[in-house]
Amino acid sequence: MTPLAVARGPLEAARRIAEAVAGPTADAVDRDARFPRETIDALREARLLGALVPRELGGLGATVRELAACCEAIGRACASSAMIYAMHQIEVACLVRHAATSPFFREYLSALADGEWLLASATSEAGVAGDLRRSICAVERHGDRIRVVKRAPVISYGEEADGMLLTARRAPDAAAADQVLVLARREDVRLSGSGEWDTLGMRGTRSLGFSVEVDASADQVLPAPFEAIASETMLPVSHILWTSLWLGIASDAVSRARTYVRAEARRTPGVVPISALRLAETVAELGTMTATVHAGLADFEEHQNDPEALSSLGFTIRMNNLKTSAARMAPEIVARSLGVCGLSGYRCDSPYALGRHLRDAHSASLMINNDRVLSSNAAMLLVHKEE
Amino acid sequence: MPRRIADDVRLILREHGRLAVDVGSLADDSNLYEAGLTSHASVSVMLALEEQFGIEFPERMLRRGAFASIGAIRHGLEELIGADA
Repeated sequence: MTPLAVARGPLEAARRIAEAVAGPTADAVDRDARFPRETIDALREARLLGALVPRELGGLGATVRELAACCEAIGRACASSAMIYAMHQIEVACLVRHAATSPFFREYLSALADGEWLLASATSEAGVAGDLRRSICAVERHGDRIRVVKRAPVISYGEEADGMLLTARRAPDAAAADQVLVLARREDVRLSGSGEWDTLGMRGTRSLGFSVEVDASADQVLPAPFEAIASETMLPVSHILWTSLWLGIASDAVSRARTYVRAEARRTPGVVPISALRLAETVAELGTMTATVHAGLADFEEHQNDPEALSSLGFTIRMNNLKTSAARMAPEIVARSLGVCGLSGYRCDSPYALGRHLRDAHSASLMINNDRVLSSNAAMLLVHKEE
Repeated sequence: MPRRIADDVRLILREHGRLAVDVGSLADDSNLYEAGLTSHASVSVMLALEEQFGIEFPERMLRRGAFASIGAIRHGLEELIGADA
C-alpha cells in the first residue's frame, strides 16, 4: 500500500492520523505519562518521520511550512505527540541543512528516510544552567573514532529514539562555546536513565535525565560549527514548529469552546448566550496568535537560504519574540476557552474538557524559559537598531 | 591607522570578550567564536567598540560574520570611520 503521506501529502496524512490515532489515545498517554507509541508508529507508517529528507535521498522533500502545518494538526489532538514530532524534525532539519554535503550524512539521511528513524535531542547538560550555547563535555578523538560522555538532565523520549544529536565542545581543550553537533545512533550509545517524568503537562514526551556515553566514527561530527547550526536552523525551526503545535493546542481549545456555545445557543434560540461574548474575545486572541505564528514562518522562509540574514541580531530577536509571544498566548487562550465552557470544560469527563490543553499549554513558556529568551533579547537590543 | 584600530579591538576583546584564550595569541583572521566568544560577550564587545570609536554599527553589520575575527571587526570599523570622515 502507498504510504499515506506519499498518497495524500504530509498535511492530509497528519490530519488523518491526528483524528484517527492521536486524538483517541491522547488522554491515555496523558494519564499514564507514557510514550505515544500508536501515534509515532502511525506517523512512521505514513512516512512522515522522514518527510523533510530531500526526494533524491528518499524522503518527501517536505518544507518547513508543511511540517509546521503537520505540527499544528497533531497538536490539536495530542500535544505530546506533536512535540515529539516537532523535536524530531528539528534534528532532521539540522542534518538536512548542515550536513548533506558529507557522504556519511547523505547515506545516513537516506537510511533515516528508509527506516523512518526517530531522532532525539541531547543539547541540555548538567552544569551549564540551561545555556544551549555552552558545553562541558567534549569530543575526544582516537584515530578515526570519537568518544563523548555527557550528563544530560533532559532527553525527551530518549529511550525510544533511534538516534540523537548531542552538543559537545569540539575538543577537550576547546572553549565552552566552541561546540559541534554529533550524531549518535542507537548502536553508538550507552544510555543510563535516571529519574521519572511525572509532570503537569506534556506527559507523553517522557523527558528523562540520562548519562550518555557515545563511541562513534569521526564522520558523525557534523561538519558545520554548532553556532551556525543553532542560529540558522535549530533556533528558527524550533520556534516555528513549537509555536505551530502550541497554536494547535489553542485552536482545539477554542474549537471546543465554539461547539459549546453553539450547543448553548441552540437550547435558547433568540438569546445570545452570555458565553458568546467571551468566545468572541477568545476567537480574536486566537486570530492574533495565528497571525504571529504565520508571520514568523514567512520571515524564516524569506531568509532561509541566506545564512548571513539568519545569523543577524534582527532575525534572532524576531524569532525569540515569536517564541515568547506564542508561549504567552497559548495558555491564555486555553484559559479563556475554559471560561467559556465553564464547568463543562473544567470536568475531565466531558467532551469540552480542557484540563489537558491547559496543562500542556503551560509548558510553552517553560521550555527554554521565556525569561531567558527575553533577557537574551534585552542584551541584543542594546546594540540592535531599527530596520 | 589600521594598526591602531586593531590594537584597540584587541584591548576591547581582552576586557569584554571573555575569551578562553589570550587575545595576544590570536591572529587577525583567527575565529573568535572558536576562541570562546559567546553571543552575550559579543554584545558587550559591540557596545565597547561603539563607545570607543564613537560610531554605531548599522543593522547590516550586526551579524555573525562581521564579528568573527579581529580582521573582520577592523574592516567594519574602517568602513564606518571612513564613512564618517
